[in-house]
Amino acid sequence: MSDTFKPEIIAFCCHYTIYNFARDLQGLTKSGFPENVKIEKVSCSGRVARVHLLRTLEEGADGVYVVGCEEEKCHNGAGSRRAKKRSEYVKDVLLQLGMEPERTEMFFMPRGDEAKFIDIAREMVEKIKALGPSPLRGK
Amino acid sequence: MIVAERKPIQEILSMISGLRKILILGCKGCVTVCSAGSEREVMILATIIRMGRKKKDEPIELVERTLVRQCDPEFIDQLSDSIGQFDAVLSMACGVGVNFLADRYPKTIALPAVNTKFYGVAEEQGVWSERCAGCGDCILNLTGGLCPVARCSKGLFNGPCGGSVNGKCEINPDINCVWQLIYDRLKGLNQLDKLDEILPVKDWGVSSHGGPRKIVREDLKI
Amino acid sequence: MKANSNLERILTSGQFAVTAECGPPKGTLGEVVRRKGESLKFCCDALNVTDNQTAIVRMSSISGCALLKGLGIDPVMQMVVRDRNRIAIQSDILGAVALGIRNMLCLSGDHQKFGNHPSAKGVYDIDSIQLIQIVKRMRDEKKFLNGEDISGEVPLFIGAAANPFADPFEFRVRRLAKKIKAGVDFIQTQAIFDMERFLRWMAMVRDQGLDKKAHILAGIIPIKSVGMARYMAKNVAGITVPKEIVTRMEQAKDAKEEGVKIAIEIIEQIKEIEGVHGVHVMAVAWEDIVPRVVKEAGLMPRPLV
Repeated sequence: MSDTFKPEIIAFCCHYTIYNFARDLQGLTKSGFPENVKIEKVSCSGRVARVHLLRTLEEGADGVYVVGCEEEKCHNGAGSRRAKKRSEYVKDVLLQLGMEPERTEMFFMPRGDEAKFIDIAREMVEKIKALGPSPLRGK
Repeated sequence: MIVAERKPIQEILSMISGLRKILILGCKGCVTVCSAGSEREVMILATIIRMGRKKKDEPIELVERTLVRQCDPEFIDQLSDSIGQFDAVLSMACGVGVNFLADRYPKTIALPAVNTKFYGVAEEQGVWSERCAGCGDCILNLTGGLCPVARCSKGLFNGPCGGSVNGKCEINPDINCVWQLIYDRLKGLNQLDKLDEILPVKDWGVSSHGGPRKIVREDLKI
Repeated sequence: MKANSNLERILTSGQFAVTAECGPPKGTLGEVVRRKGESLKFCCDALNVTDNQTAIVRMSSISGCALLKGLGIDPVMQMVVRDRNRIAIQSDILGAVALGIRNMLCLSGDHQKFGNHPSAKGVYDIDSIQLIQIVKRMRDEKKFLNGEDISGEVPLFIGAAANPFADPFEFRVRRLAKKIKAGVDFIQTQAIFDMERFLRWMAMVRDQGLDKKAHILAGIIPIKSVGMARYMAKNVAGITVPKEIVTRMEQAKDAKEEGVKIAIEIIEQIKEIEGVHGVHVMAVAWEDIVPRVVKEAGLMPRPLV
């Protein structure tokens, strides 16, 4: 894949997980957070519905992922575990549609771990770069 | 409730192949309770279909709607004004809903988006299982309230076959042997002697083997 | 005499019966059935022909029985309720009697899921106990299930299966009692390896006097290999193979010999059990071994009655 491909990625992120650093998006970018990942803050990763992930992909995003609290430490109990299951559901849909399931992921993260948050975003960018643009892009 | 499950995506895409404007029709009855054809599932399926069609560069226009019930003229007739504009209706109701659409709208293509599975219960969140076969002649008074017609893999009437082991059915270790359950229950109720009676051959004429069934209640007819 | 079959004569004359199983071919060669029949006819009193056993399509039991009948063998027609409704069942019974078949074994049948057409629709219009009732009425009252008259006699010696090794154990004898109440004349049990459990079951059978009401033939399967022992121990619902037997097979120099030895030992023990009136040898795909097992178990020659 050509280096010029700049994937468009949406990250649904739990408000509690990224609370301490996400208020300062510019600072985050300076610390190395990729510019082409757009953050959508949600009150809990458990609030991210299957249809949110699917619509994001339908609208042409090359990747979409969810960041939530560590599985056992979800602020709302089972929110992030639920998010994981929904992400699995969307992976299955992608597979059935003949698309790469890796275009969606769920990440559990310790609360406030900025470095990890940046790593996740960069990992996702690399992964999607390798996959190339979504077949739905621009359609 | 009637329990259903959405069909595989490719099967749905292939049945609507070539169609350009479709109504995806959910139902707020049983299939909403079992999360197969609720308003939310309509939304999800519509998105998936648009994705599939976009991928093939064959965009499709979808209208999403969910009726209170698809098995009742009062609600299905609500479509009469708008149904003419669609190439087809993809119903997320059970098979009853699809049939009723086809009955009421002779010129409309009616397609099933779900496989209608059984009459069952929600064992827990996300798990449903069969309880009744709608055989038309209930014998639950004789079997401790547990149905061998629906829940014994062979539909036996007079006790477990030789494949009942450790309470499980021979065809699948995930299936409870209903005759073991019946035995345990009747034992607990001190009614084991019920099992000594030989249940007579069943009249399948009142089940689906006797042709399509109908109930008429004169006291309720207008 | 109800049917005057050889098997009925042997049992009613109080002698220890030997029956064996003859699996028909997955094809049309009657010769296969005849060959098995020839090799088994002198060592048993009647030969069961299985009915699409384990739900694998094979030549029908009724035609296999007719072929054996032609050799002078007393066949036992097995019939499962899995594949036929009450119309087909009664029709086949009429035909079987016309062909000279005099014994019938009434079974539920292995579920179609196990077979080679797992997506088949299982019929199960009636169950095995109701089948016994139907056959008994056809024989004793010359009436069909619906009460209409049958022209001609329906002389059939009625058998059924019993499995002392399935659950719930306490219900197994009750179920046998139900089959007897329905009108069964003889019982062929599931294969016995767990002698302790079989003895317990037989004690319960005798307590209720059921051994006096039907002839019980104990099931025997000669084990051909270590793999077969392990497979049956693990995978066959309703067969219990104790560890000792698997170990014996594993440690034997010659597994086949050991299998024969075990079968003979089991028969020797069974002969001593009060209320057991015979053995039924099911040598699945190993029919050639049956004459030797029967002979070495001291059950030859077979009596002429």
